[in-house]
Amino acid sequence: MQQIINFIIRNKAFLLYLLLFSIAMVFTIQSHSYHKSKFINSANFLTGGIYKSVNDINEYVNLKTQNEILQEENSNLKSILFNQTDTINKTFIDSSYSGIFYKFYPAIVFKNSYSLSNNVLLINKGKKDSIRQDFGVISSKGIVGIIDNTSNKYATVISILNTTSRISAKLKKSNHFGSLVWNTKSPEFIQLTEIPKIAPLTKGDTVVTSGRSTIFPKNIPIGIIDSYQLDAAENFYTIHVKLFNDMTSIEHVYIIENKDAEELNTLINNTNE
Amino acid sequence: MNSIIFTHTFRFIILVLLQVLVLNHINFLGYLNPYLYILFILLYPLKNNRVVFIFLSFLLGLTIDLFLDSGGVNAAASVTIAYLRPYVLKFSFGAVYDHQTMKFGNVEFGSKLTYFTILTVIHHFILFSLEIFNVSKIILILQNTLFSSIFTIILCILTTIIFSRRN
Repeated sequence: MQQIINFIIRNKAFLLYLLLFSIAMVFTIQSHSYHKSKFINSANFLTGGIYKSVNDINEYVNLKTQNEILQEENSNLKSILFNQTDTINKTFIDSSYSGIFYKFYPAIVFKNSYSLSNNVLLINKGKKDSIRQDFGVISSKGIVGIIDNTSNKYATVISILNTTSRISAKLKKSNHFGSLVWNTKSPEFIQLTEIPKIAPLTKGDTVVTSGRSTIFPKNIPIGIIDSYQLDAAENFYTIHVKLFNDMTSIEHVYIIENKDAEELNTLINNTNE
Repeated sequence: MNSIIFTHTFRFIILVLLQVLVLNHINFLGYLNPYLYILFILLYPLKNNRVVFIFLSFLLGLTIDLFLDSGGVNAAASVTIAYLRPYVLKFSFGAVYDHQTMKFGNVEFGSKLTYFTILTVIHHFILFSLEIFNVSKIILILQNTLFSSIFTIILCILTTIIFSRRN
């Protein structure tokens, strides 16, 4: 017993180092598995607060460009609104059913990163605004990511520029679907994998969300095909998609809540069992 | 004694804020960021309680991780260089360090550069290995380590020169 205590006292620095290093490793491994980083994330009172106050200043600097982006979106929405052809001849709507599948919440990005291999954003909406895990996040130009952790006032978003994120996407023209992954090389490009060999591809084709998951609705724009090649086994294409979104400058985003997500998920889980 | 505690607490807070609010947005050439916060570990007083020092370094790394949503990568790298620091000190400064009379203000530039370089490279290698977490991307890890280290070392040396007290 004496010897054990002596050993601990003699090597206390090394033992402490081992202990702290393993704690750090646990946090690291958690952060590399999807939806596991419970403790160490920036959606908390201190870091969220500091990022908020700094962002208040930065907002003024970017005011002009962000205004232009919002104006552009407004004009797009207006063009959709005024180009609707037959507003009168709509089919009868059952008033007991609201018909709303997706609810949108506006939010502002406080913190954005794009140079790491696992990028995470911080936004100013949290549990208080009924934001929960697995809601989708888009900007006016395309998809941004998926909500991960939420605190009362803030939430972290797993960016599409993150090696743990896999989002289902399809080719707009031919409906062939695959999943989006990121090879960490450039924040401008993202890779669409598992597109079958027979799919007809042309440079410049649009890639959109497939709507196969409960997170994103169908046909949210992602990007255009920049280049493509067959994988090693020559069965599937890996496509480099140039994002519509400039992930390096994102400020105004929208959070999408799928009203039927819970119902759909229970149904799928029940079927699987 | 109190002034030392005050100086280092102040340095801790300033370095963390500088790191997360300014330096992590530099993204030179798309992905290079200097990690100046390790200056706190590099310049920590030589006569210290080793256990407290290791613990403080862990706390420093963890605070950075908290801001950057990076899990525990900075904490792991910081605690490692804090543990290895006495050996690196002995290696780079030799006899001067053994006599316990050394001060960072008046050491040879060459030995100081060696000391900074060794610890920075170790720190960055662990940082990027854990962050990328993929053995097949070893080239990317080494490339990031090399370039970021150069960036960090230059910035560390400049900072120590600018803020050195004239005797």
